[in-house]
Amino acid sequence: MAVFKLKNFMNWFSSMFRKKKNLKLGLYGPPNGGKTTLANRICMDWLGEEMGTVSNIEHETREVQIKEKIQIKSKGKTLDFNLVDTPGIATKIDYEDFMKHKMNKNDAKIRAKEATKGVIDAIKWLDEMDAVIVVLDSTINPYSQVNITIIGNLAARNIPVLLVANKIDLKKADIKKITSAFPQYNIVGISAQKGDNVETFYEELFKLVK
Amino acid sequence: MLTFQFVPYSEILNLNSEQRTLKLLDIVRKNKIILMQGRLKPSEEAGLIQKTMELISKDFKGIELCTIYPEAKNEKFFSQVRNIVVRFLVGGIDGLTIIGPATVIKEIKRNPDKIELLTYNIKKNGRG
Repeated sequence: MAVFKLKNFMNWFSSMFRKKKNLKLGLYGPPNGGKTTLANRICMDWLGEEMGTVSNIEHETREVQIKEKIQIKSKGKTLDFNLVDTPGIATKIDYEDFMKHKMNKNDAKIRAKEATKGVIDAIKWLDEMDAVIVVLDSTINPYSQVNITIIGNLAARNIPVLLVANKIDLKKADIKKITSAFPQYNIVGISAQKGDNVETFYEELFKLVK
Repeated sequence: MLTFQFVPYSEILNLNSEQRTLKLLDIVRKNKIILMQGRLKPSEEAGLIQKTMELISKDFKGIELCTIYPEAKNEKFFSQVRNIVVRFLVGGIDGLTIIGPATVIKEIKRNPDKIELLTYNIKKNGRG
């Protein structure tokens, strides 16, 4: 117990200094939650350029992508960070699922192989993060073991977390389910694609890394 | 036919994290569904996912997993969820962990009083 507390203190202590230089803000979540769409929204809003390609097919992002030196402003304050977009974390990947999207067998196998490596890299990068935005699809039941594993690992590392309930523009969206599932976390509902409620999201970002 | 294998916590107690992961995946890759007493630590569960990804092949598509806490049965559903996240941080002997091959288990659904394993129809030569 004493060792655990000492480790927590050391994490907190070192994070105080990490925050002062290149703050790494990670985007984590299951596949197709909208991480890259949110990354693009942030980059378009503050840099005027997109970060990555998005797709309806799972595992479109298969490599960790970093956009450096983003500066956002809200209510007279500025926040500088490096944005790290990570591949979606999953416990299973089947190349045949990609073939359902009219992908040929060879391409599907390559995509599956890259996706497995992406999941491994995303988990490896957890230790590098100063703060994390967990992006969840608000039309899907949030109570999955992948979500619990991601959030549990962030909590165990004392990394500040903001939960984003994405796709609130869709009819099936239900933020209350996410709020009920993870009541100890700040949750902001947005549509990264349409830009709904992103101002509140940016305000929450300042609170996350204060 | 579904095969379940019970793994008492005593079987993994003295193993390090990597050994635990390998032991569990060795069973799952034999197309068995593990009912394990207790739960893994968050870092071990992340390690389990990483190792699973390394092993994915034509025949092994990954895993489905779920951790449940029978003592939470009388709590409201979302209180259970909240408490499960808190308990998850610790790891240990409480609760039950279900891990199965993704070629056998399609989905694990949690409900307040039950766990539902949705499986694929197993044909002689694989998934139906």
